[in-house]
Amino acid sequence: MRKNHLGSVGALAFILIVGALGNFLSPYDTGLLTQMLIYGVFAMSLDVLHGYTGMPSLGHAAYFGLGAYVSAICSLKLGWPFGMAAPAGIVAAAVAAALFHLLALRTSKSYYLMITLAFSQVLWSVAVSWTELTGGDNGLPGVRRPNLGSWFPWTFASTHNYFYFVLAIFVVSALALYVFVKSPFGYALRGIRENEMRMRALGYNVWAYKYVASIVSASFAAVAGEMYMYLNSFVSPSSLSVTVSAQVLMMILVGAAGTLFGPVLGAGVFVILQYVLSTYTDRWLFVIGLIYVGIALYAPQGALVFIRDKFFAPKRGSAS
Amino acid sequence: MTAPLAVKNLSRSFGGVHALNDVTMVLEPGERRAIIGTNGAGKTTLFNVVNGQIAPSSGTIKLFGQDVTSKALHRRAALGLARTFQITSLFRNLTVLDNMIIAVQALAPSHFVFWRRLSGYRDVIAKAEALLEKWRLADIRREEVRHLSYGTQRQLEIVMALACEPRLLLLDEPMAGLSAAETHLATDIILNLDRSITVLLIEHDLAAAFKIADRITAMDQGKIVAEGTPDEIRQEGNLKKIYASGGAARTTEAHQ
Repeated sequence: MRKNHLGSVGALAFILIVGALGNFLSPYDTGLLTQMLIYGVFAMSLDVLHGYTGMPSLGHAAYFGLGAYVSAICSLKLGWPFGMAAPAGIVAAAVAAALFHLLALRTSKSYYLMITLAFSQVLWSVAVSWTELTGGDNGLPGVRRPNLGSWFPWTFASTHNYFYFVLAIFVVSALALYVFVKSPFGYALRGIRENEMRMRALGYNVWAYKYVASIVSASFAAVAGEMYMYLNSFVSPSSLSVTVSAQVLMMILVGAAGTLFGPVLGAGVFVILQYVLSTYTDRWLFVIGLIYVGIALYAPQGALVFIRDKFFAPKRGSAS
Repeated sequence: MTAPLAVKNLSRSFGGVHALNDVTMVLEPGERRAIIGTNGAGKTTLFNVVNGQIAPSSGTIKLFGQDVTSKALHRRAALGLARTFQITSLFRNLTVLDNMIIAVQALAPSHFVFWRRLSGYRDVIAKAEALLEKWRLADIRREEVRHLSYGTQRQLEIVMALACEPRLLLLDEPMAGLSAAETHLATDIILNLDRSITVLLIEHDLAAAFKIADRITAMDQGKIVAEGTPDEIRQEGNLKKIYASGGAARTTEAHQ
């Protein structure tokens, strides 16, 4: 259908433009662009829970940081190559989500928000206090960028090369999540968001859907966390902090919950805002907080939706 | 043939209130049974217990001969039980078609697939479209449910329950809040249901209940107080007995 073609063309154009930008920008700006893509993956992963399933998490940094830490520890302390350390981080986050949600799925809505916050705080305090393993407050510096082996012609030591590596992971993640939210499973998640009781009465095992969704979401958050860790060659407890959890939630709300592109745009806006504001003031988080309050008051569905409804004819959704 | 629904000595209390008090009831295959009674008689509680939303304090529930007393909701649905809700219970921000697709897909083998797009499952979409066509909702299939009139939402509420091809259908006040014309339409929908579906409905509109039901069960204060054909129940003495215990105010309300 025409609309689908428009979507594919738009996505392709987006990738090409971003890819081309990486070629022209200075290393510093390329680093910012890389950050946007990483946060884009992170925000999309949370949106699977928040936007599609209606499970608002205030602890998504737990998986972001856990992926980063496990990958860094495997690489630094165990000397594992990238090809093993990277999957290890993702598996660790998935297992953590699987165990945690045995407990967490007894709650919903604001109680789920509280318990996810508590979970991420527990991981944060472990990272701070288990100094032998995590380096405590100093974190773990010196993780080298991925090296895919001698057969692979590029190293990712340079910012530009790493940018293209991240872009590739971003595209793969976005495609995977796109299929995920458009799948029968993804439709069931929307149904759960809209009306859990009806879903159960229809014959859906709501618990199993939420469980799988939370594991998928955690895995992609870990992918983002690892890319972020390799970008900086460094991981510290702040990657597990509530600030990070709140920031990624904000990116979704700025964009539009329940879409995939909205959170990516929100991530981009967030990184730019952070960059611009922090050149003027150290209190940039305060300003971002004010912007958030504004959005919550005047465009609770997300700034993107607000702009679309305000300036473009509202579109009605479609199924196929 | 085994009874689609057989509940035995079912009780459920909330605090000190006996919402259900030793209720025993058996439905024949293909039967249309209406439950009448004043507000607070325990009708919706009975639905919630049968459906699995709340557990009974005591008693057993059998669906098609199988004891489901301690089975989860989705397992009961898999046996062919579907229900509608008194308070319209739809996916408000999704389109009519998406609502139907989710309902059709509930018991389809593809329901847990997450590695393939739903648009590839032509059979699921075709079935949803066909149901909308059959129940004359096809014109509005791209509309989001929250934009629909109340009457249309009530209609969709029933059609969605039919999407999973139930063998036992529980309808909780399908006519509530409908205009006379809409009540007529809803009555027609229920009368036209295939007799392979057994129907249990709660209805305050006694005219509609008498028209649809083969048998009527009257409840009061969590107990079954009368059961019989519409003619038997309609006899002045019986109706009075059913509604009198709540006093004059409840009698008028029930006759509205």
